[in-house]
Amino acid sequence: MTWGSAAEFLAMGGRAFFVWGSYAVAAALIAAELLLLRGRRRTLLARLGRSLRHKHDDS
Amino acid sequence: MNQRIFRFASPQTFYPLAGQMIPLFMTLAAVLCAVGLYIGLFVAPTDFQQGEVYRIIFIHVPAAWMSMFIYVVMAFWCAVGLAMNTRLSFMMALALAPTGALMTAVALWTGSLWGKPTWGTWWAWDARMTSELILLFLYIGFLSLHAAIDDPRRADRAAAVLALVGVVNIPIIYFSVKWWNTLHQGASVSITRAPSMARTMLWGMLIMALAAWMYSIAAALMRVRSIILERENAAEWVAQLPEVKGQ
Repeated sequence: MTWGSAAEFLAMGGRAFFVWGSYAVAAALIAAELLLLRGRRRTLLARLGRSLRHKHDDS
Repeated sequence: MNQRIFRFASPQTFYPLAGQMIPLFMTLAAVLCAVGLYIGLFVAPTDFQQGEVYRIIFIHVPAAWMSMFIYVVMAFWCAVGLAMNTRLSFMMALALAPTGALMTAVALWTGSLWGKPTWGTWWAWDARMTSELILLFLYIGFLSLHAAIDDPRRADRAAAVLALVGVVNIPIIYFSVKWWNTLHQGASVSITRAPSMARTMLWGMLIMALAAWMYSIAAALMRVRSIILERENAAEWVAQLPEVKGQ
């Protein structure tokens, strides 16, 4: 273990902004991609389900 | 060629298969990411030259590698699609592009945050950075061109040609640090010689690269499933899917 305390870990030797700025943006972009993927699938399935019901109503 | 390989080239067969593979690759990505972050943030020692800021490497290098690798895979599927006229190949290419763009954006962003404290600048128009920025524009151009053409089959072919022309940029990115005198340093890891970094740092980086790889596969599979449903929305097999029927 390289760190003496949690504060020392968070400080990243005085480079916290650069290190955590990299990690945070990467994590945020990945989270955003996963949310968008889930949203796209949900919207799509709902639309497909609706059009399927309409088809049944017609026949 | 073997008939069984072509069977999986049908969207109908591939859709459930992709669905089964997603949890596997997501789990692998999560576990590898946890191990990689633990090594990178808690085991790897402080760098004797750069101090702690070097820990950006565990995000930067995996993202940069994936940004190039995804492009090559995307171009490969475009080539297969153009040569064999397989719809699923084009769908795979289209599914890979946004994740490739994400990796490129992460590589550029983290590179900028690493450049400021170590080189004193957020950005320089050196060969490595400029060619990586062009890679981002290639991904965006591929997606925009595809979105701009209404007929999906024509959009597939036009975007595929663009992707294939853009492949020339990949060796330029990779070898830019050798061919030109760049602000960006040369490769720390190469096949021909021993890596010039501490063993735990190297392991942390390689495990994070593997995690990024597994994540990219999972994300592309998730996206390709939506693309398949969008394109095949009139097909009977789509109407028969439990997830569609249950809506």
